[in-house]
Amino acid sequence: MSVPLLEVEGLRTHFFTKAGVVKAVDDVSFTVSKGEVLGLVGESGSGKTMIGYSIMGLIDPPGRIVSGRIVLGGRDLRALSPEALRQLRGNRIAMIFQDPMMTLNPVLRIDVQMVETILAHESLPRAAAMERSRAALVRVGIPSPDERLSAYPHQFSGGMRQRVAIAIALLNNPDLIIADEPTTALDVTIQGQILYEMQKLTRETGAAMIWVTHDLAVVAGLADRVCVMYAGRIVEEGTVADVIERPVHPYTQGLLDSVPSRTARGVRLKPIQGMAPSLADLPLGCAFRDRCGRSIDACLGAPETRMVGDLSRGRAVRCHNPLPPVAVLE
Amino acid sequence: MLAFIIRRSLQSVAVLVAMSLLVFVGVYAVGNPIDILINPQADQIEREHAIAALGLDRSLPEQYLSFVTGAAHGDLGRSFVHSTPALSLILERMPATMELALAAMVIAIVLGIPLGLWAGLKPRSIAGRAIMAGSILGFSLPTFWVGLMLIMVFSVMLGWLPSSGRGPTVDLFGVIPVSFLSLEGWRHLALPAINLALFKLALLIRLTRAGAREALLQDYVKFARAKGLTNARIIGVHVLRNILIPIVTVIGLELGSVIAFAIVTESVFAWPGMGKLLIDSIGLLDRPVIVAYLLIIVTLFIIINLVVDILYSALDPRVRVTESKG
Repeated sequence: MSVPLLEVEGLRTHFFTKAGVVKAVDDVSFTVSKGEVLGLVGESGSGKTMIGYSIMGLIDPPGRIVSGRIVLGGRDLRALSPEALRQLRGNRIAMIFQDPMMTLNPVLRIDVQMVETILAHESLPRAAAMERSRAALVRVGIPSPDERLSAYPHQFSGGMRQRVAIAIALLNNPDLIIADEPTTALDVTIQGQILYEMQKLTRETGAAMIWVTHDLAVVAGLADRVCVMYAGRIVEEGTVADVIERPVHPYTQGLLDSVPSRTARGVRLKPIQGMAPSLADLPLGCAFRDRCGRSIDACLGAPETRMVGDLSRGRAVRCHNPLPPVAVLE
Repeated sequence: MLAFIIRRSLQSVAVLVAMSLLVFVGVYAVGNPIDILINPQADQIEREHAIAALGLDRSLPEQYLSFVTGAAHGDLGRSFVHSTPALSLILERMPATMELALAAMVIAIVLGIPLGLWAGLKPRSIAGRAIMAGSILGFSLPTFWVGLMLIMVFSVMLGWLPSSGRGPTVDLFGVIPVSFLSLEGWRHLALPAINLALFKLALLIRLTRAGAREALLQDYVKFARAKGLTNARIIGVHVLRNILIPIVTVIGLELGSVIAFAIVTESVFAWPGMGKLLIDSIGLLDRPVIVAYLLIIVTLFIIINLVVDILYSALDPRVRVTESKG
């Protein structure tokens, strides 16, 4: 197996608040290969966004990466100086945020916000940086780019703003793009367009991508592999086909049952009962225990990550009593 | 933009007319200046004569009408006390007040914005807390008391700086007498300017700090960091451009109030400005000077607000759009 582009191992990111230690990311390990799209799925507050921020080095106090390794292309990011990390950000790793209405600075023109991203990482004549910005706008499908370059963010629709944000992320041809629910705030039709563009662009540029979302349907169409997160931990990992068609963790099964589907009309939805636990006050043992229909006595102890099924397919689950890998199709 | 300026000018004329009426009636109600102006030993004929000379024998509407007619020709009346045109009396004193007010504003801006940014970026640091504690003092200590303390310490005890007057002035462009072109003038300007600046300084520190703290939480700052921008660029361009919008508004309003209400500082430091003239005129019920002074101040406020609005649209692109639609 080739060396992965990104290797995250035993990552713990905790927030030290007055109310106690919030374990937003707790012992998370995964890898992303070159050109691969990894879906990171979980409910709000499951820590998925914090994984993105941890990789980018954007965790602010009272939060702190407590332990673990983040290795990108052979370099341990946690060992880098702030300046070296800054040079990686927006250059080798780019990030796209959830709400396109908020991510662009309202008082700066689009060209200023694009050109500065290039000039922060290489010395280039302004005109060349401008030309590259223009090309990036064309690449994400923005019509009349010359006009758009000299416009302000409020003159764009939400979908167009997200395209601009994506264009900015692609400016320096990053090796890895972290997309933090970039389509959640958009209309369904726009969402589809953006997904299509992202798929096309990552294929064209060969960039790897971590797609953070709460929407399994989005992941199904986009990702190669999926990690399902619950309460700061990855509870199930595998290829998209495996996880969506044959989930082994009861939580993944619950997520799939919560989504209305076209094929099963009239079938009653089975939402997961209860609420996600507070990350500041996790129950001992398995954090999903209280909401799980399959909990057994062993669940009072914390489950370890175990490989399941065919080892070569990279399936892992963190559960004492997982579903059998085949018996799911009802 | 031109249409905007024309519309604003017309509005300004209406404001001036309303203001002049209010002031005129208000000053008329305060009292009869003749009792102060005329020698108590004067006989009835002399008295009648003086009243007629000052135009006080006519009714209020008549007096107002003749004032407005004069004002339309640039004549705001003659001072009862000095017998010179009120306008030139005020304009004579204006450079002193303007210089003091601008010096105070420059001090407040040059110190206030960086200190406020620092306090906003590092709210928990010792420096950040010290800046905030200092700004509370700047807010709560009364201006006249701080002025007296400054004189006590720097003039009386240390003997470093003079305590009163403008010192020698140099004519700027050959017409405007100013202090800041000579070292001696600077020494005279220092204490009153600092005294007048303190309150505005505290205000700007708090405003900048609050703006910076709010802006730092915005997604666009996180996105700017994710783009790999340097901290200097994030703070200096992304944050500052956003918080400058409220700051410019407040600076504009405060500049007006500093000019209009430098009175306390001018009195403490015997600074020969408009404020001192106004106090003296009120004491002597010198109506034309009071009215002229207030009208000039209103005009100043109008001009400053117009400049602020223009600056505002330069800073905030969203304002520009609504303006062009209107």
